[in-house]
Amino acid sequence: MNGKQLLETLELKTVCGSVESFDGVYAGDLLSRAMSHVEADNLWITIMNNMNVIAVASLTEAAAVLLAEGVELVPEALEAAKEKDICVLSSDKTVYELCAGIAAMLN
Amino acid sequence: MHEPVKFHFNVDGENFSSAGEASVMVKKKLRQLGFPPDVMRRVSIAMYEGEINMVIHADGGSADVTVEDEYIEIVLADKGPGIPNIDLAMQEGYSTARDNIRALGFGAGMGLPNMKKYTDYMHIDTEVGVGTTITMRVNI
Repeated sequence: MNGKQLLETLELKTVCGSVESFDGVYAGDLLSRAMSHVEADNLWITIMNNMNVIAVASLTEAAAVLLAEGVELVPEALEAAKEKDICVLSSDKTVYELCAGIAAMLN
Repeated sequence: MHEPVKFHFNVDGENFSSAGEASVMVKKKLRQLGFPPDVMRRVSIAMYEGEINMVIHADGGSADVTVEDEYIEIVLADKGPGIPNIDLAMQEGYSTARDNIRALGFGAGMGLPNMKKYTDYMHIDTEVGVGTTITMRVNI
């Protein structure tokens, strides 16, 4: 799916980096679960905002992290995301609303 | 027969923020060495889980990664409290992580099961009050 289309349709904010496209979505907050289920080029939707989110995004090669419910990265995580060139997006919508929105776009 | 490539890392038990750094580093090195994505993914997931376990439970430890001809070996060693019941610890969902750790997104009880799932060989050598050494191999 096209990243620009995603940003516009769901009115997402870009925290850092950029996403041209993504392939598949994983939503969840437990890091071990995310670690084993986020595939390369996935969009990962979560409400976790600490440094370890950036480590998991980096290891899984997620296309972008989408922070739901208005969550903001802690400052050191934002620094790490910029340094590792990880795209982070944010939205005030809930995880469910974001997933439903993406599903509607895919249909 | 090549000389094995080795990497050594000290995993800082004090610093939760840097947990996972060694795994990210190893993944980068494996990419440079030309390993396929599947091998890099399995090694880095297994190592990340082990690294996090050492930070959560054992105040850190060491990680040694050796690239052999047929497999990549990861040895994680700590001087933590040891694992009293390995069968229980291997059950998905079982965790002894404290609430403050869970609040960070850890403690799902998937660490050891993930390490087993993503490797071809895993051996746990543990003694209560002495420490734990986990050896894992991912076939190339």
